[in-house]
Amino acid sequence: MHLDHPHTGPAAVSADAHRPDGTRRALRIGLGGPVGSGKTATVAALCRALREELSLAVVTNDIYTREDAEFLLREAVLPPERITAVETGACPHTAIRDDISANLEAVEDLEDAVGPLDLILVESGGDNLTATFSKGLVDAQIFVIDVAGGDDIPRKGGPGVTTADLLVVNKTDLAPYVGSDLARMAADAKAQRAELPVVLQSLRGETGVADVAAWVRERLGAWTA
Amino acid sequence: MSRAALLVLADGRFPAGGHAHSGGAEAAVRAGRITDAATLAEFCRGRLHTAGLVAGALAAAAALGTDPGELDAAADARTPSPALRGVARRLGRQLLRAARTTWPSPELDALAAAFPKGAHQPVVLGLAARAAGLGPADAAHCALYESVSGPATATVRLLSLDPFDATGVLARLAPELDRVADAAVEAARRAAAEGVDALPAGSAPLLEVMAEAHAAWPVRLFAS
Repeated sequence: MHLDHPHTGPAAVSADAHRPDGTRRALRIGLGGPVGSGKTATVAALCRALREELSLAVVTNDIYTREDAEFLLREAVLPPERITAVETGACPHTAIRDDISANLEAVEDLEDAVGPLDLILVESGGDNLTATFSKGLVDAQIFVIDVAGGDDIPRKGGPGVTTADLLVVNKTDLAPYVGSDLARMAADAKAQRAELPVVLQSLRGETGVADVAAWVRERLGAWTA
Repeated sequence: MSRAALLVLADGRFPAGGHAHSGGAEAAVRAGRITDAATLAEFCRGRLHTAGLVAGALAAAAALGTDPGELDAAADARTPSPALRGVARRLGRQLLRAARTTWPSPELDALAAAFPKGAHQPVVLGLAARAAGLGPADAAHCALYESVSGPATATVRLLSLDPFDATGVLARLAPELDRVADAAVEAARRAAAEGVDALPAGSAPLLEVMAEAHAAWPVRLFAS
């Protein structure tokens, strides 16, 4: 073994901010949260909001189908070569936290194939309140919950609600129909998260995904600064 | 050799992508060939003596220092199914990423440069074992254990099989696994002297055929 031999191959460390050719890699933002909370809809809305100003791509992590990737393709939010689906072997949280190898491969392949990219959105398969992304895979993460899942979720906390860089409380338009108290959800989230930001959004409303898109632009500004 | 290093490499939680694969168990469950612990044991025994033996010998040969390019070609020749060849390279690439960070080595870097889209997983496994200071028997044991532990844990998820029963299957296969590992190492030593054609070519046609069908399923829990 020649342990002092210089390493000449492609970069081995995934979280490295630079690609093997020395250029800065894309900012990677993860979106996690329970099944049906609106992750895919948020990704689709973000793509529509940002695709004119940024070069972006999406990785989806479905649990047992390609539905999320196919939804994005059907909606034509991005050209098909900018959307990749990762299979997770019945364990979506493993693929984004404990063993990120398939997702890293997907983001690197996207950069090779359609790069240079400014932003890659990595959408988790719908999971539970403890699912968070590894820092080796993403630079920042958004946790998406919705008002119909119960207005006690922010109070219950958990790693997703408490530690995500941005908490999105989605489907606020449904609050009156499901008896959810938005003010209480916002106050509980504030208590759990201290200074970390929270966005209450309805993709059917006038502002749509604008607040989340603004947050993404801010992160991108910090990344490229 | 370090026994602890072997545990790190053989740990099912070693982050190299294996959790998304069932080693053919998902297709076998759907076809009604695996229905309980007894049929899981038969399935695993079949894998052990076919795909397992081949993987074990490839890994042992790589750990001995046999040219990885030749071994990769030998692995291709022993894997008729294009779907399984693709899976082996994808898992090889994922293992290589984990191994290069865990046990940095110029040999692993050279392999990554030669196979940017991945070499066959057992070949990478053998070189990873080498980088970790392990020998051919360790590499063979790792490859063989993976060939049966993957289907066993996948079956727990697919059939809601009692996890104690699934682990019992693996424990009872252990003596047999040791013997197959010995055969794999012997073949790898022969290949070092006579060339890679001396490596075993045990084949399980049904695994290959079912893998092709599985790859086309629109809805599945596992990638293979």
